[in-house]
Amino acid sequence: MGLIWDGLREAVELLSRGDRALYSTAARSLYVSGVATLVSLALGVLAGAFLAFQRFRGRALALAFVNTGMGLPPVVVGLVVAIMLWRSGPLGDLHLIYTVWAMVLAQAVLTFPIVTGFTAAALAAQPPELRLQLLGLGASRWQALWLLLKEARLPLLAAVMAAFGAAVSEVGASMMVGGNIAGETRVLTTAVVLETSRGEFAPAIALSIILLLLVFAVNLVLTGVQLRGR
Amino acid sequence: MLLQTYRLVLPLSAALLLVACGGDGPSATSEPTAVPHKGDIILATTTSTADSGLLDVLLPVFEKRTGWTAKPIAVGSGQAMAMGRNGDADVLLVHSPAAEVQFMTDGFGRERLLVMHNDFILVGPPSDAVGAKSAKTAVDALKAIATKGATFISRGDNSGTHALELTLWKAAAIDPKGKGWYQESGQGMGATLQIADQKSAYTIADRATYLAQKQNLALQVLNDGDKAYFNVYHVITLNKERLSKVNYEGGKAFADFMVSDEAQAIIRTFGADKYGQALFVPDAGKAEADLGVQ
Amino acid sequence: MAPKLALRGVVVQRGGRDVLTVDALSVDGGEVLAVIGPNGAGKSTLLQVAALLLRPQRGEVRFDGAAVGADTLGLRRRLALAMQAPHLVQGSVLDNAALGLALRGVPARQRRERARAWLRRFGVEALAARAANRLSGGEAQRVSLARAFAVEPELLLLDEPFSGLDEATRGQLLDDLAGALQETGVTTVFVTHDRAEALRLADRVAVLIGGRLRQAGSAAAVFGAPVDEEVAAFVGVETIVAGRVVEVRDGLATIAVGGQRLTALAPPHAGENVRVCIRPEDVVIQLPKAEAPASSARNLLLGTVTEVRPRGPEARVVIDCGFALVATVTRLSVEEMGLAPGARVAASIKATALHLLPGH
Repeated sequence: MGLIWDGLREAVELLSRGDRALYSTAARSLYVSGVATLVSLALGVLAGAFLAFQRFRGRALALAFVNTGMGLPPVVVGLVVAIMLWRSGPLGDLHLIYTVWAMVLAQAVLTFPIVTGFTAAALAAQPPELRLQLLGLGASRWQALWLLLKEARLPLLAAVMAAFGAAVSEVGASMMVGGNIAGETRVLTTAVVLETSRGEFAPAIALSIILLLLVFAVNLVLTGVQLRGR
Repeated sequence: MLLQTYRLVLPLSAALLLVACGGDGPSATSEPTAVPHKGDIILATTTSTADSGLLDVLLPVFEKRTGWTAKPIAVGSGQAMAMGRNGDADVLLVHSPAAEVQFMTDGFGRERLLVMHNDFILVGPPSDAVGAKSAKTAVDALKAIATKGATFISRGDNSGTHALELTLWKAAAIDPKGKGWYQESGQGMGATLQIADQKSAYTIADRATYLAQKQNLALQVLNDGDKAYFNVYHVITLNKERLSKVNYEGGKAFADFMVSDEAQAIIRTFGADKYGQALFVPDAGKAEADLGVQ
Repeated sequence: MAPKLALRGVVVQRGGRDVLTVDALSVDGGEVLAVIGPNGAGKSTLLQVAALLLRPQRGEVRFDGAAVGADTLGLRRRLALAMQAPHLVQGSVLDNAALGLALRGVPARQRRERARAWLRRFGVEALAARAANRLSGGEAQRVSLARAFAVEPELLLLDEPFSGLDEATRGQLLDDLAGALQETGVTTVFVTHDRAEALRLADRVAVLIGGRLRQAGSAAAVFGAPVDEEVAAFVGVETIVAGRVVEVRDGLATIAVGGQRLTALAPPHAGENVRVCIRPEDVVIQLPKAEAPASSARNLLLGTVTEVRPRGPEARVVIDCGFALVATVTRLSVEEMGLAPGARVAASIKATALHLLPGH
């Protein structure tokens, strides 16, 4: 217990001191996972809409894949993305390995099935005639999709929260594709691992607390938006 | 409706971008670099080197001197050399001599320079039931552990530490694999020490990492000093003819820096103020044979 | 002038089955067409084809004379559909009413004004600022209609706009809709299973039964002269009996039905066997008197009441006069005449009220 108190004290001290390294690490966590969530939101919503509305052969299979994908182990995603991005890999010439963009990519891959699955479920839960009614009022297919997504705002916000939560709290993929380089690809989760392996438990706990606060703050904002929609 | 959403998302993204880009990376440091920025190099090194904190001191100096930014990727020596073989790194800083020699023989490395050494130590519970403290040599200590079947935690991760540990077992003519008292953590030195500490078990660690973590551990140094414990670090540049994507110029700059007087001076005193003794011994320019290694 | 909407040889299939077959159906500009039929007849499917939301497997749809191709968006923006359930979206009532206009890119102020005008027209302007998910059924339907009208479409499509509403609300809304249709003169196709609504609002009526278009024509033609027994039953002909043409003279035919002789207008088709259709509203019940009552009706039948079925403000009275004859009688009259099973009554029917179908 003493360790946790120490960690708490250290957290308060670091935050109030405006410790530059800490703030930039926290900002990087927010930035990387935020961008990754936005990317997977943009793509996942389209994929989810396609799954919900388009009748095609193998649709059930695709849905099963997506649902499996929701439970993808982050470290596996990290390994596969790393292999792709290594110089020796097919995308090596992009020079993305050990950069924040590699982390954004890995986290986007990780959260894409989550957003897709939630979106497909949310849209499928709507009455099918709603779409017909919108089209019957002169909506183009894109306009209709936009309106339907707005109707499904609540479950979609839940998807965003789930996706961001998964992205910001994962460590395996970030380690593998980011390399945990100080000042460049170190985020809160990988920093916790590093401090722990160095035996610096108080900073590790401090970072953990700050990570929790970050996740809480983001969810607070999103939940507020969600409730306002009621 | 659309407008409301945009009003929320746009400034949020802008704010994020600003915060993340500022206070980030060496290019944003307040003092001007002494030399214009040349680019990045990927340095594959070991967890023990990273955990000791030595690189945190050396790398900024390296960047200032040469203009190259090193991206240290801390993995085990085994993975570091695998990265070298694939050309996924530009320079290696490792401590697994036998594997390194093989690496050079296979033609992947260009230069291999001796940088420094520290020593390994055998640590264990203060109670020391097997009497490792009184053992004369490393091999004797290990034999005592094996005979009594005391719990021993191995790195088990193809790292330099792991390689040295296996060499010692071989010298003792003992095969510990599969025995109930022999457990492999598969992790870095810091984590392995913590496991050994929690389990009141024996393990072999490099002195630097042990000293850095000492305040958290109940483990004591029970056996050291044997030349067999020497842990020698080399820096290896990669063969650009074989691995075309490698940044040889940057890697060579790093290798040269590590054996330079300035770096060696930093190494000589690193850790003295914190632990009472320096963690590493600088060895640049010495003959390999002096250290009893290849 | 080409009809606003024309369907030819249209067949829609689902799961390998034909669910809709329409050989020919057209709606002229300014006309109100009611599509009636029992539940599951394919009315909604027809409306979706008309709304260009469903491509038939076979056949052709023409809008303003031009065949409808693959890209329907341009044409869809010239019509408006209001479905059975109001399907309002999140937002205020005004936002919903303006939705069709917003989709067409009408600037904010204009579309708010137009939407507001139509909300006013349907009597729900006071609700403009209210959240759309806090309306009663009737209010929501009004908003849905206002939304469709606000677009000022060239073709208006309504799917059972009054279903699920109580009697009073329905009546009021029916009046308002009739007024709006009259004022705007918009070409309209609306689907209903209620004959009274069809009669009230429509210029022409199309009958859809079992997925097939059976008959289309004026209300008088469809209700008075149904083309077959199923249509007849649906449009409210409750007496359909087999008979034999005995004599045709001076444009009148004498038909033997159940031991009685009936006089009808000469049937257009030859043949001895016919089926006689008599609407219950066309049967006038009186208590039998000694002298023949003054009546222009050529048919006077005596019979016994076998059943009195109350239905709302009226009653269905079934009389056995050699065959089962169904008449509509007001409840008051039922009481005054003391109609009950066993009572002797006289039923008079005009010759013009007898509609003849070919016999089996």
